[in-house]
Amino acid sequence: MPGSTVTEEVELIGTGKGGGGDSSRDDGGSGGGGDEWKGSSGSARVPQRAYVTGMVIALSGILMFFMALVSAYIVRKDMPNSAWVQLNVPRILWLNTLILIASSFTLARSRSRFLGNDEAGFRHWWGVTTILGIFFLIGQVIAWRQLAAAGLFLATNPASSFFYVFTAAHGLHLLGGVLALLLVAFRPTHNLTRGTATEIVSMYWHFMDGLWVFLFLLLLLGR
Amino acid sequence: MSSHAHTGHAVVVEPSGFIRKYIFSVDHKVIGIQYFLLALTAVCVGIVLSLLMRFHLVYPGAHLPFVSGGILTPEQYLALVTMHGTIMVFFVLTTAPQGGFGNYFLPIQIGAPDMAFPRLNMLSFWVTFLAFVAILAAFVVPGGAPISGWTGYTPLSGMGEVTGPGEGWGQTLWIISISLFCLASLLGALNFIATTIDLRAPGMTLFRMPLTVWGWFVTAILGLLAFGVLLAGGILLLLDRSAGTSFFLPAGLVVNDQLQPHSGGSPLLWQHLFWFFGHPEVYIAILPGMGVASHMLSTFSRKPVFGYRAMAMAICAIGFLGFMVWGHHMFLSGMSPYSGFTFSVLTMSIGVPSAIKTFNWIGTLWGGKIQFKSPMLFALGFVSLFVSGGLSGLFLAQPAVDNMLHATYYVVAHFHLVMGVAAIFGIFAATYFWFPKMFGRMMSEPLGKLHFWFTFIGTYCIFMPMHFVGIAGGIRRYADSTGTTYAAVLQPLHMFMTYAAFITGAAQLIFLFNFFWSLKHGAIAGKNPWNATTLEWITDSPPPIDNFGGHYPSVYRGPYEFSVPGYKQDFIPQNLTPEEAALLKLK
Repeated sequence: MPGSTVTEEVELIGTGKGGGGDSSRDDGGSGGGGDEWKGSSGSARVPQRAYVTGMVIALSGILMFFMALVSAYIVRKDMPNSAWVQLNVPRILWLNTLILIASSFTLARSRSRFLGNDEAGFRHWWGVTTILGIFFLIGQVIAWRQLAAAGLFLATNPASSFFYVFTAAHGLHLLGGVLALLLVAFRPTHNLTRGTATEIVSMYWHFMDGLWVFLFLLLLLGR
Repeated sequence: MSSHAHTGHAVVVEPSGFIRKYIFSVDHKVIGIQYFLLALTAVCVGIVLSLLMRFHLVYPGAHLPFVSGGILTPEQYLALVTMHGTIMVFFVLTTAPQGGFGNYFLPIQIGAPDMAFPRLNMLSFWVTFLAFVAILAAFVVPGGAPISGWTGYTPLSGMGEVTGPGEGWGQTLWIISISLFCLASLLGALNFIATTIDLRAPGMTLFRMPLTVWGWFVTAILGLLAFGVLLAGGILLLLDRSAGTSFFLPAGLVVNDQLQPHSGGSPLLWQHLFWFFGHPEVYIAILPGMGVASHMLSTFSRKPVFGYRAMAMAICAIGFLGFMVWGHHMFLSGMSPYSGFTFSVLTMSIGVPSAIKTFNWIGTLWGGKIQFKSPMLFALGFVSLFVSGGLSGLFLAQPAVDNMLHATYYVVAHFHLVMGVAAIFGIFAATYFWFPKMFGRMMSEPLGKLHFWFTFIGTYCIFMPMHFVGIAGGIRRYADSTGTTYAAVLQPLHMFMTYAAFITGAAQLIFLFNFFWSLKHGAIAGKNPWNATTLEWITDSPPPIDNFGGHYPSVYRGPYEFSVPGYKQDFIPQNLTPEEAALLKLK
């Protein structure tokens, strides 16, 4: 068949095979070929790698969104007469950052437990990650309250405006990540295998972690 | 969709309820038609707005029954400008080619049963719908529609009611609408890209994809990278307006004798963010049209696309370069001459892939057995308009010339030809071409031809004289140019354009009639009325819920195998195996 040799070309983005590796494990009764969706049998299943591709695409879009905000920050900061008043970031942000970095490690551990067929270990570390994520969000809200107590609000000066915009935009995305963690933990997914679900949620979480470290350094060092 | 878990195969079953089937459908075909109908509604609104503008330009003192106060004020004229641009660019030129036809035909042309993420697809349509409702609502809120143009330039768009009627709620709704539209387009782009990468049929390599799919695919990538930036800008602008921040608003602005409380912001920052989106947006509107034109030219010349790979790569090159030229919209902003020069050279370099496309279109036509069906006529019209409008782009790409022409009708003529009407011709070509597949019936050919000639000649009658008005110094966005001697002499040209606009506008009723009449009374189409080669033509018209009735095709050849020597028929469908094709060989 001339057509059978071309399937490798679909790996346009270097995402690897996605959930393909573990789909055989939790695909249950699909009887093998869980990653194949075509064929004479009329299967109409979306291949698992599409979810991984989708996540890579979504993260690219999210990255563009944040880079637009970051470039606005850089331009705005250096405007003549910018009315820029340097913002000393609340010290709790250091703690929050550590929590978020730690959550990436716990998530990686959870995923490796999952791949090692250790269900209890997977659930344990998955839960720890979720709680760390929630702690981070609470910490961010505390940081806001500290700023507000110091009389720094969204419209006080451009530095505070950007601080609130960055933290709110990132916080919303991370809230989405927490919800995704909870969804994977409590709700069986429809087409998505758990292998793929844990993989794409991990991708998203690590990305948000890295993004936060970047934003934090920007707020710290970009004076 | 319901799935039989015990077999492991999701069997696609058509939903039975009306709401699930036609309103909150997850079927990409229904969603495609929903997008198309949304765009059709939007284009009707947009045309009416433009006719009102044309009417006002030649009869500025006329009493209009539906205008409060009788006579259109300059602010109301600006509101027309703004709403016409916004509705046309976002809800017609972005929505119909990509959301409409892309949604419907991308999965079928690559041999997939649906988009990769059907529920996300439904969500993107309904968010687009919300955005459309929001922009329409701007007409009826106190103060009326916004007046800051489809580009929403700051500081005008950032300060609220103090800067004029429409800058209160109207402008806020505009920002909300555009932000929602960005969100919906991002979701749509995600779906398009993932579908194209991962859901292609066996054998459908990248270079066996129809050029239409290339157009939609690259458009989706542009959308993914561009809409997020506008969304970020929109959020900052909304904060400037309603939360008192100063991202885009400088200090010391006095509007209507009131000192504004902002400080230190940069109006140019908005322009950069906007045009970083705005220029790719131009290609978001036109690239699907390029794909469609290539597709029709090949099908109706009964010849392969000349230089298929070059065509695909030219689409990618245009998309890539499209991200580096946004500054040419801002030559007048006082940018450094070095930046201006860079943007200018990059802009003119887009002429290279554009010329490759044009050359290959002509090469495709050359020596073909050309069939002048309605879709073919509109595809030829697309090429014509793209060339005519593109040529003036070479002038505008030079900062020195642009300084003279930027604020004039020359620019209006340029972008209407190259982006506006060319894309509309692409939409028309697609409609006439795929209507039989979408609804199972043919559209009327005589009415289609009549519609084409009125629209084609009418378009040139509107926009060719507009270049002269621009060169002569006719300033765009002015509600009334009868007051000055230098502009008043241009009135006869304006008069001509207005008549042409009304006739061309009226000719669109032929299309509307043809469309709705053919839904019920058109000739039955059959599977492949055009003897075309791509995968949508091997399935029923309209296609079954899973597109191929469970028999998913494999692909054995490129998309444009027309008039292959030595065969009984002049087209070889993509799914024909070498063995099946051998049976078609002449003995």
